Amino acid sequence: MGTVTMAQALNAGLRDSLTEDDRVLVFGEDVGRLGGVFRITDGLRDEFGEQRCFDTPLAESGLVGFAVGLAMGGFRPVVELQFDAFAYPAFEQIASHVAKMRNRTRGRVPLPMVIRVPYGGGIGGVEHHSDSSEAYYAHTPGLKVVTPATAEDAYWLLRDAVRDPDPVVFLEPKKLYWSKEDAGLARRGAAPTGRAVIRRPGLDATLLAYGPSVPVAIDAAVEAARDGIDVEVVDLRTLVPFDDETVTASVRRTGRCVVVQEAHGFAGVGAEIVARVQERCFHSLAAPVIRVAGFDVPYPPPKLEHAYLPGVDRVLDAIHRLQFDDQPDVRHLAREAS
Amino acid sequence: MSITADGYLNGTRPAPDELLPSAVPVRFVTEEGTAADAPSEYAASSDDRLGEAYRRMVVARRFDQQASALTRQGRLAVYPSSRGQEACQVAGALALRQQDWLFPTYRDTAAVVSRGVDPVEVLTLLRGDWHCGYDPVATRVAPLCTPLATQLLHAVGMADALRRRGEDAVVMAFVGDGGTSEGDFHEALNFAAVFGAPVVFLIQNNQYAISVPLAEQTAAPALAYKGVGYGVRSEQVDGNDLVAVLAVLDEAVEHARSGHGPFLVEAHTYRLDGHTNADDPGRYRDEEEVRRWAAADPLPRLQAWLRTRGTLTDQDIDAAQAEAEALAADLRARIELDGPPDVLEMFDHVYTHPTPQLNEQRRSLETEVEGTEA
Ligand SMILES: Cc1ncc(C[n+]2csc(CCOP(=O)(O)OP(=O)(O)O)c2C)c(N)n1
Repeated sequence: MGTVTMAQALNAGLRDSLTEDDRVLVFGEDVGRLGGVFRITDGLRDEFGEQRCFDTPLAESGLVGFAVGLAMGGFRPVVELQFDAFAYPAFEQIASHVAKMRNRTRGRVPLPMVIRVPYGGGIGGVEHHSDSSEAYYAHTPGLKVVTPATAEDAYWLLRDAVRDPDPVVFLEPKKLYWSKEDAGLARRGAAPTGRAVIRRPGLDATLLAYGPSVPVAIDAAVEAARDGIDVEVVDLRTLVPFDDETVTASVRRTGRCVVVQEAHGFAGVGAEIVARVQERCFHSLAAPVIRVAGFDVPYPPPKLEHAYLPGVDRVLDAIHRLQFDDQPDVRHLAREAS
Repeated sequence: MSITADGYLNGTRPAPDELLPSAVPVRFVTEEGTAADAPSEYAASSDDRLGEAYRRMVVARRFDQQASALTRQGRLAVYPSSRGQEACQVAGALALRQQDWLFPTYRDTAAVVSRGVDPVEVLTLLRGDWHCGYDPVATRVAPLCTPLATQLLHAVGMADALRRRGEDAVVMAFVGDGGTSEGDFHEALNFAAVFGAPVVFLIQNNQYAISVPLAEQTAAPALAYKGVGYGVRSEQVDGNDLVAVLAVLDEAVEHARSGHGPFLVEAHTYRLDGHTNADDPGRYRDEEEVRRWAAADPLPRLQAWLRTRGTLTDQDIDAAQAEAEALAADLRARIELDGPPDVLEMFDHVYTHPTPQLNEQRRSLETEVEGTEA
């Protein structure tokens, strides 16, 4: 066991996928010579040659549409879209073709392909470099949407995504790219794609988080323990398909739930999760389910992002609003009235 | 001879002067069915092959009429007619070999039928039963594509896939004049040229994108010039002259097949009917214009040409007509034979393995359906 970053884990995941299956092709903008702006494809062109790992012209719709044709033609493309907000030109291809090809052809043309997107903020990026775009993809039937929070998961979820018979949007929390972890990648994680994992067991409340919000949730749980509240942290890992089973079981056990996401709250993935939890766990709930999310503003400039990003304090605040003392949430009500 | 990593024969991309289209559309046969001054770099097909093309055009015309009639009877949800564009539809199909792929738009049903796909399955989309009725892998025809120009990128990807697998096959992709304004058209030309993909783009310039005339779509001298800036060899052709369209497409397919990269063809033609059955073309074009183009109809033109050459007999004409009638009768008989689709099928193909959520929703609809049936 050594130390590994998520970036290294992803690089290893791509390398091992390329080795395992000749049909795998890795391409995108600057992924060849440069190894990607985040160096996720570092060394792959040298190792596998320019036929397997290559740069494309600068056109996101182009490279995703091109990948669709390659997948139809028997290859397994893994494309990198350089940044979350620069994936938008590809959205028509993703929503109208990547997501639908299998369905419109009655299962005759599956599209095994992976679209990797570095997403989220927290790295001091100027505008258009910090969007949390998961809701767009999660809202589109036909796509699987995966987002790791640890290096080990990043490796295995990516390996799974490349082997998946269906298209996977693979969202990489860019602020976790360089976070170090004491873990080997040879060890298989507890659960595969489609299964959430309990990162920290607890009895009093469930914190649901994914991608960049998982470390925040864990830190908040550690803090809450000091206040005597035993918080369970669930890392969703896969947004589609959603693991209702793990989530429901946890909330039924704890009776209280907070959902954390970095994306804007309105109509976000967290809203969907809250709806699912209250539909399935209503009689187990001792308090309303609360969301902690980014504000409904365009992602702010770097000097303001600390105030935008849901941090430990905001999560703790939400935990404390879970009516442990059977008192109405006066503070919150007062805030709303003002 | 060797095809290099970038897809080009011996690594050579076309030189600038090789890219330019002819100043006027290539033409072999005049509107009266007589010989035109054809440029020598294209070779007309044998009379046998042109006879085959004639037969297919008669069938395509009848198929189109039958589909329009079915639409008026409410048996198709919508139908975009290609009446008047048969030279392009048939030449496109005829220029391809079995191992090649076709990427059509919603308007190209006649081309898909001409390629040999079951007409009932071709109309599944427009009947409203499912999105694509035929098997794209078995037929080597991609689904009829509605989001404009998006299929061109798939065609380039497929062409690149065929090249990578060392298959002796090319891809032909259709697009309309309006579609050439979409970003994906330009991205597809660029990708195809950079990767040297064996793909032929056929623009059917039928003068209108729904109601918008070509002059408001582009200021280019001709759509064929749009290939030049990308390094794609380009040509323009009289799209109502089957002899010319086929000659140019044959050359384009051979160009792509032999490792010279992509080829763009603009065919000048005209849609004689409305955009779809729901359209009212009187709002944007006048009768006089339609009459002029009707006089340039590709079908009588080819007939006259082959008659003059003495290679098309009355018997051939009757046989083609009989074949067309048989296809129409078969279409009428079979179009609704299989009944409405199973509502539960909508859950079956979203993913290879349905998600727990889809299984849940399927069960709930199943209960609902059983409730109504009980
Ligand atoms: C991306 C996109 N935008 C708009 C439409 C709606 N639409 C359908 S057909 C059409 C006109 C297309 O004209 P053209 O490309 O010339 O092809 P034609 O219909 O004449 O064959 C439009 C605007 C569409 N299908 N896709």
